[in-house]
Amino acid sequence: MESQPRSASTYDVLRAHGVDRRRFVKFCTMMAAAMGLEATIVPQIVEALETKPRLPVIWLHGLECTCCSESFIRSSHPIAQDVILNMISLDYDDTLMAAAGFQAEEIRKKLIKEHPGEYVLAVEGNAPTADGGVYCTVGGETFLSILEETAASAKAIIAWGSCASNGCVQAAKPNPTGAKPVHALISGKPIINVPGCPPIAEVMTGVLTYILTFGALPELDGYGRPKMFYGQRIHDKCYRRAFFDAGQFVETWDDDGAKKGWCLYKMGCRGPSTYNSCSTFKWNDGVSYPIGSGHGCIGCSEVNFWDNGPFYERLSGIPVPGIESTPDTIGAVAAGAAVIGVASHFISTQVLRATGKKIGSDTNAPAGEGK
Amino acid sequence: MLDERGTIKDAMSSGTMWRGLEVILKGRDPRTAWAFCERICGVCTTVHALASVRAVENALNVKVPQNAEIIRNIMFLTQQVQDHVIHFYHLHALDWVDIVSALKADPAATSALAQKVSPSWPLASTGYFKDLATTLTKFVQSGQLGLFQNAYWGHPAYKLPPEANLMAVAHYLEALKWQKEIIKIHTVFGGKNPHPNYLVGGMASAISMQGDNAINMERLNYVKGLIQDAMAVVENMYIPDLLAVASFYTDWAAIGGGLGNYMAYGDVPQNGIGDVSKFRMPRGVILNKNLSDVQPLDLADANQVQEQVAHSWYEYPEGKDSLHPWDGVTVPKYSGPKPPYQQLDENAKYSWLKSPRWKGNAVEVGPLSRMLVGFASGAPDYKEVVTEALGALKVPATALFSTLGRTAARGLETKLCVHWLMAEYDKLIANLKAGDSAVADTSRWEPSTWPADTKGYGFTEAPRGALCHWIHIKDTKIENYQIVVPSTWNASPKDGKGQHGAYESALLNTPMADPKRPLEILRTIHSFDPCLACASHVFGPNGEKLAEIVVR
Repeated sequence: MESQPRSASTYDVLRAHGVDRRRFVKFCTMMAAAMGLEATIVPQIVEALETKPRLPVIWLHGLECTCCSESFIRSSHPIAQDVILNMISLDYDDTLMAAAGFQAEEIRKKLIKEHPGEYVLAVEGNAPTADGGVYCTVGGETFLSILEETAASAKAIIAWGSCASNGCVQAAKPNPTGAKPVHALISGKPIINVPGCPPIAEVMTGVLTYILTFGALPELDGYGRPKMFYGQRIHDKCYRRAFFDAGQFVETWDDDGAKKGWCLYKMGCRGPSTYNSCSTFKWNDGVSYPIGSGHGCIGCSEVNFWDNGPFYERLSGIPVPGIESTPDTIGAVAAGAAVIGVASHFISTQVLRATGKKIGSDTNAPAGEGK
Repeated sequence: MLDERGTIKDAMSSGTMWRGLEVILKGRDPRTAWAFCERICGVCTTVHALASVRAVENALNVKVPQNAEIIRNIMFLTQQVQDHVIHFYHLHALDWVDIVSALKADPAATSALAQKVSPSWPLASTGYFKDLATTLTKFVQSGQLGLFQNAYWGHPAYKLPPEANLMAVAHYLEALKWQKEIIKIHTVFGGKNPHPNYLVGGMASAISMQGDNAINMERLNYVKGLIQDAMAVVENMYIPDLLAVASFYTDWAAIGGGLGNYMAYGDVPQNGIGDVSKFRMPRGVILNKNLSDVQPLDLADANQVQEQVAHSWYEYPEGKDSLHPWDGVTVPKYSGPKPPYQQLDENAKYSWLKSPRWKGNAVEVGPLSRMLVGFASGAPDYKEVVTEALGALKVPATALFSTLGRTAARGLETKLCVHWLMAEYDKLIANLKAGDSAVADTSRWEPSTWPADTKGYGFTEAPRGALCHWIHIKDTKIENYQIVVPSTWNASPKDGKGQHGAYESALLNTPMADPKRPLEILRTIHSFDPCLACASHVFGPNGEKLAEIVVR
């Protein structure tokens, strides 16, 4: 990234937008807070955004519903406009861009050819692999081949949302199109998974700004997710947790417990087995989150959540609580399951290799696992 | 396919993506279907969830409490308003607005123009536009144009003066900031957006006016404020901009008309979803542009809505060529060329979309259809906004049957919706004052209470048009689930009789200024607000390929 003298830094662009230095520093401070970083890190962010050119990003869409893009433009801090105009150079996004067809493909091909290893590939959706990839083609090319071509010269890959990270709804049984997440198709590149259907807006912009600021992927867990946003269960930080501990539950929809905002565990809430920031950041600038509005969590950031039993069936194997030790036991069980899941999952090696390293230093990592 | 003068003479529209939702839903718990279906689209999020819970409720004979009906209406109208504004400013405006030309604008003249066009919109000073012009200039000079590179800037079909372009760019950015505000209404009632939560039987968001842990006065006040802000955006920015831009492009009132058949299922119930006569958005079908005859439609009638696969990559049972969705089957069978390919054969199968037809007719769905059905039905609020807009643009009613008509109808509908939004909010408050706080009917929640074999359908009006889900529940599981989405109506391939779908039909006879840069195709296709990628290849009279565009 440092060897890229071709354009203005984020601060240059912001200044051109009439943003003074005081507001710029304030913005950096907010960003740090949003990412849960120490105040001491703020000067580092300021320095990075002052000196580094905007990061070129190619954003591809495969089998998906565009909810990730929609979530992204809901970001409140920073707002999407700042990200798109000032922080990254979103050079290709066939949903949002003004160009279309030949003109658009030209941009993508040019970036691949002229700036190999410099751009970040953001993938929304995933690729169908059954029947030669015919279930998703763009201009006669399979999405699979477009993904492979674009990934080959990318600096790093961001897998937006549950489609790109885990497969999501089209990969639910019987997965008629053979849809596979990015990490199952691409090897030899640092990949960061940002699951959720969609991911929280500020998680998306938080991931991007982290990468931009530190020039590296954030620390990832065994599933390739940034620990800063997916490190804890929704249940651990849920404001209804006290009712869980006290054994006060909603028993049927709209009952007295529902009006009092009691725990939704018996209504099938997946909060105890879902790792995400919903109960801390909340959604849409902190307005609410599913549990806060009376419906259980459906676990949309977890692997195979569509097939982990009907959403309204309470999680099995979890004793009805009332004593403090129980939730911790649940946590331990869930964490154990995650580790076992990862052992058979090639992404662990792929993703962990990239963790904490400078992006771009890892492009020669041995391939061979994966496909 | 163009003729010698560069006019479109033939067109084909192909959907090149299939995810298999109908197949995935088989055998699942019908109460969870809404969540799967909602993921059909994250742009018009909520509409598939709404259609799905209504389908299950219809099959189980559940009538949702009035509060739930009103909350669903509020969420529905919120989606409609937000989606239409985003479409106008972020997905369609750049077909009419030339960003590069905006660089030449004089900030003082832009300010004067803005104050004339939208006198009630506050951000209109010379300084404001000067800052924006500086920003744009620096942005263009930075060489990193991002999303705005390689578009058709400078194309001869762009007609706005630089000042109007600069104003439109300002509003593009303001609308981008605002759209994330109004959807907070979904977050209040559904917990998140995109993809808020719904519930078979009502809504999960309990109401407790005496507590701080459910929908209460604070939450309701918050919603009210968001509705008031939305009203200002629509009335003072969107509608004035729409009329101002449209006035430069009235030639488009004669282009892109298409089928002339318009269909709306209707929505925004006032007395339960079963009482069609009390919908704010009326139901009906108009054939051959005949506004004096609005025909009734019945979604349960096996002879009305049917789907065909003559040009779609699916297989139907032996001897069947047209099926009502309750009898519908989804068995994919690709027979197109092996990718990568240059072009599809329009005489063979060429799309992942089926061809839905109403009584054998190809019809258009969407805001234009809804406005025409409302207008032709004589609904007073529809008559008022349509007449007013035609007067402002000085065009006759026939101007509605066009690309411009489609884009204008979307704006007029937004105006109706934002006012209904406040009316529905007031109804909710009135209901709460009357002592009713119920949001869910749970009498049929347990599968043990269900009939062994039952069918239902659930409809709504998605931003892009009429949407319906048909469900067959057997032994408490989904036996069959069929979804006919708006874009299947509009973007459908030809049917067995060779009738074009709405997109294909609308492109015919469109003149193009520069066939190698087919901006005109984008305008017409974007006027439908397409929700899927559709590829256009432009061929000259001798079959030579001139351009290729992929529209989303």
